[in-house]
Amino acid sequence: MARDWRDLFIVDGALPGGPDPISEAAPETQERRRGMFRRLRENLRKTRQALTSEIQATLFEDLSEETWERLEEALIYADVGAGTTARVVGELEREATAGSITGGEALTERLTELLADIARSDDDRIDLRPHPAVILVAGVNGTGKTTTIGKLAWHLRNELDKTVIVAAGDTFRAAGVEQLELWAQRAGVGFVKGPPDADPGAVAYDAVAAGLRDGADVVIVDTAGRLHTQDDLMAELAKVKRVIAKQIPDAPHETLLTVDATTGQNGLRQARLFSEVVDVSGLVLTKLDGTAKGGIVLAIAHELGIPVKLIGIGEQLEDLRPFDATDFARALVGAN
Amino acid sequence: MFDSLAEKLQATLSDVRGRGTLTEDDVNAAMREIRLALLEADVNFKVVKSFTSAVKERALGADVIGKLNPGQQVVKIVSDELTELMGGAAGDISFSSRPPTVVLMAGLQGSGKTTATAKLARYLREQHGSSVAVAACDVYRPAAVDQLIKVGHQAGATVYEQGTDQDPVKIAAWARDRAQTEGKDVLIIDTSGRLHVDQELMAELANIKKAVKPHDVLLVVDAMTGQDAVNVAEQFAEVVQFDGVVMTKLDGDARGGAALSVKAITGKPILFASTGEKLDQFERFHPDRMAQRILGMGDMMTLIEKAESAYDEERAAELERKLRKSEFGLDDFLEQMRQIRRLGPLQSLIGMIPGMGKELRGVKVDEREFDRIQAIILSMTPQERRHPELIKGSRRLRIAKGSGTNVQAVKQLIKQFEQMRKVMRSVAQGRMPDLGALMRQAR
Repeated sequence: MARDWRDLFIVDGALPGGPDPISEAAPETQERRRGMFRRLRENLRKTRQALTSEIQATLFEDLSEETWERLEEALIYADVGAGTTARVVGELEREATAGSITGGEALTERLTELLADIARSDDDRIDLRPHPAVILVAGVNGTGKTTTIGKLAWHLRNELDKTVIVAAGDTFRAAGVEQLELWAQRAGVGFVKGPPDADPGAVAYDAVAAGLRDGADVVIVDTAGRLHTQDDLMAELAKVKRVIAKQIPDAPHETLLTVDATTGQNGLRQARLFSEVVDVSGLVLTKLDGTAKGGIVLAIAHELGIPVKLIGIGEQLEDLRPFDATDFARALVGAN
Repeated sequence: MFDSLAEKLQATLSDVRGRGTLTEDDVNAAMREIRLALLEADVNFKVVKSFTSAVKERALGADVIGKLNPGQQVVKIVSDELTELMGGAAGDISFSSRPPTVVLMAGLQGSGKTTATAKLARYLREQHGSSVAVAACDVYRPAAVDQLIKVGHQAGATVYEQGTDQDPVKIAAWARDRAQTEGKDVLIIDTSGRLHVDQELMAELANIKKAVKPHDVLLVVDAMTGQDAVNVAEQFAEVVQFDGVVMTKLDGDARGGAALSVKAITGKPILFASTGEKLDQFERFHPDRMAQRILGMGDMMTLIEKAESAYDEERAAELERKLRKSEFGLDDFLEQMRQIRRLGPLQSLIGMIPGMGKELRGVKVDEREFDRIQAIILSMTPQERRHPELIKGSRRLRIAKGSGTNVQAVKQLIKQFEQMRKVMRSVAQGRMPDLGALMRQAR
């Protein structure tokens, strides 16, 4: 069962990590979940049709050198990367050879488990108890920061009844401010921007001040896309973070990095360098509705210990979901 | 990270030299390293497979004599094969004999179409003197039209737009008519990003193509794309039969294996490389350089070309004359420094030098050091700049104060300058000094 929004966020009154009684019982919640799943399935169906390399249970019927090679290829194909692939396949081969697991289904199941274990983290929730909780969103150009913020704001408002302010910190890209403003209107949340060519730090400062003044629950700060290799722009990002901490010392409480699912092995470099500068606390894996499987987040989770918290699965407001390690691993190996 | 393949191959094949030829075992061992390196560079695994078998054939029985060691030899074979696979000489868009030449841009969300549209507009204006219009057909992404209006104007192009309420197919057709009436040489049509599996939007793209009959359809591909690049390229090739590719975000540190995948799967050439946030950071694509980059062998050619375009020949001749006559002073030194800085940030220059990647990994070049040197030199009198040997106690103190540095820094600069002058003089006189020894000395 995929995670619900209420499982992702830690809010006042809920025990951290504990089950939320509302989402367990209420029939309308169950109903909504079904709607959600239909949407996810529809979006993922496109993906399946176009896939050319899937792991079938039949792959394991006859274990040979070729079996492991084909499994390796399937994982490589999902952008899992050579290192992580070698480890996972090596472990599975070892267990299979030792005879502790037999049969195609059991091996597929074990493979999913191994992958999910890498992706899973104890620290994959977003704490909304601070008032306001400040979320900083960063990432490489074109990975979907602004879109993610629009969707996240909408969910916080509609699923959790939070008051949200979004801050137009992308003052570099032509029309970056206008793009976020339109999303804020769609999501029905507060919006803070600076004068044209404003300093992104100043915009962030104003947004936090507005959040404190208006008693907002959440402030989400957008930033301009930047390549992790651009030292001056990375320094600017560090400054935005410092400015946020001026009014609320432990803010930002959450720093999300958007990673495009189509990204290959460079994603690891992105996560490493962004983390060095702004201490990334979670990933948003975007554009999972295509044929790309986003396997690079396994390498990121494994090497850097940064968990995925959210996934983007489409262009509509509702197309943002809490990350679920098991579902992700299943999608990765093409199991249903 | 960048030159690991050459090093690894060298280690793998270190005992081959004595034997003279590569055996099958040697080649297999080398192929494993090559396979890994290509996968790490995000080349699609199917492409890697067929590529390594082609290389293997050529490497088997290759003579290991001459100047190259076995590792280098295999790298050379790989590099040659890669370059060949990436295509011949750099291409360009094909112009129609009856203007306007219509260029249709397509690609996934976030690949950089709108920016590439403006950059291409600027490129065609600068390189071909074309009058260019761009059409805003991305009616889906919020504020995409505003973005194209802004960057289009910055690029000196006319922007055709009808807001976001019109059908993109109609906007495209309208823009084409208008470009014809207004006598534009080129019309570039920006479209919204779309997933290659989104049948509805792919059909829309096909309809735009049908409506405007473009002379060039360009697929915009992010250099950081992983294995999925082949799916994207295949689908777009099927629906709009694109003619060429624009690789974007090549200023990052991605190895860009997607370029190879796309070329190998579709056979379409990569025409342009987009290499920065500024509109002029856009150039023709060079397959040989990309091959080197995927293999992690630096980008010496780009560096050389950059140097050529930034260097003023007259000034160079003047400097040479001064060097021979030993008139080279701190003013000239400053001028040289400025010439080098004009090439771009030093950090990126260093990355282009083969072999330097490893040596200087993690070393950050402090650009402000140059500002300090400049401040020191500018705090000297013209006479002092010509004759640094004049600078002693009180002059040194004055210069230190004037430049906001300290006496130590002034001293060191002069010492380094004297050393450099000595080297340059001997070079100018045709003697090559032992640079290694000098470098050690300077430290």
